Amino acid sequence: MTVLMVALGASLGSLLRYSMNQFVQARHDSAFPWGTYAANMTACLLIGFVSTLMLPEWAVALVVTGFLGALSTYSTFGYETFRLLESGAWFLALANVAGSIAAGLGAAVIGATAAVALQV
Amino acid sequence: MVEGTGPPPVGPGPGASSPRSRWRLREAPWAVWSAVALGGAIGGLARHGLNLAIPHEPGVFAWSTFLSNITGCFLIGVLMVLVSDVVPRLRLLRPFLGVGVLGGYTTFSTHIDVAQVHIDEAQQLLVAGSAGFALVYMAGTAVGALLAVWIGVRATQAAFRARIAAGRR
Repeated sequence: MTVLMVALGASLGSLLRYSMNQFVQARHDSAFPWGTYAANMTACLLIGFVSTLMLPEWAVALVVTGFLGALSTYSTFGYETFRLLESGAWFLALANVAGSIAAGLGAAVIGATAAVALQV
Repeated sequence: MVEGTGPPPVGPGPGASSPRSRWRLREAPWAVWSAVALGGAIGGLARHGLNLAIPHEPGVFAWSTFLSNITGCFLIGVLMVLVSDVVPRLRLLRPFLGVGVLGGYTTFSTHIDVAQVHIDEAQQLLVAGSAGFALVYMAGTAVGALLAVWIGVRATQAAFRARIAAGRR
């Protein structure tokens, strides 16, 4: 059951990340990887929200481990930062790492605060 | 060609559009979507398996998330050299292994969640230790991840040096 939920959530999360990336990358021409950034920050906002909820085990597997775990990615984030460094775009590389960490934490706090405020 | 004569050019001519539509048929979107979905499920399950194999108590270093992110970064370094320089004809390899498997295997949100728990603890206990640990954990993962990508890319380039040179000639 848990295994099935993780697999289902992860495939949906990956599909959403893929389509978000396609959507965002088609709409800007900067070197900054906004597509991956958008997927990661969305996942951080939502994980903050659901981390305050008392979810049953199957829902944690589906939503947290599966869906949000796969909506966000570290491998593409790492590779895109590596490419920025390789092309000499040191500022964008540093901005990607520092910005993702800072905004990711901020998004998670906002998500958690919103859940508490909504008393869900 | 004189401006203002003849009909305005509307879209690409037939010579340009026919290879494009054939390209679209070959790049059937459902195949890419299926590859992403299947790969994502496999990657997510691998990460879940690692979580089960290396469980972590709250407040203790989340080795499983750290490990999946670092190994996933090494593997994407390997993969990107393979898909761009060694086997560029395998079009579904990147959506399946890169976007799907490795994207699902690594995670940014859980990583942030682990760090946030440490910072929340520090705020509640009014100690800096846990927040400091969270920052070291996040910065350490970032540095380790970049090193892992670099090693993956360079090792694969070295392993396929002859083939990459032949392909570029």
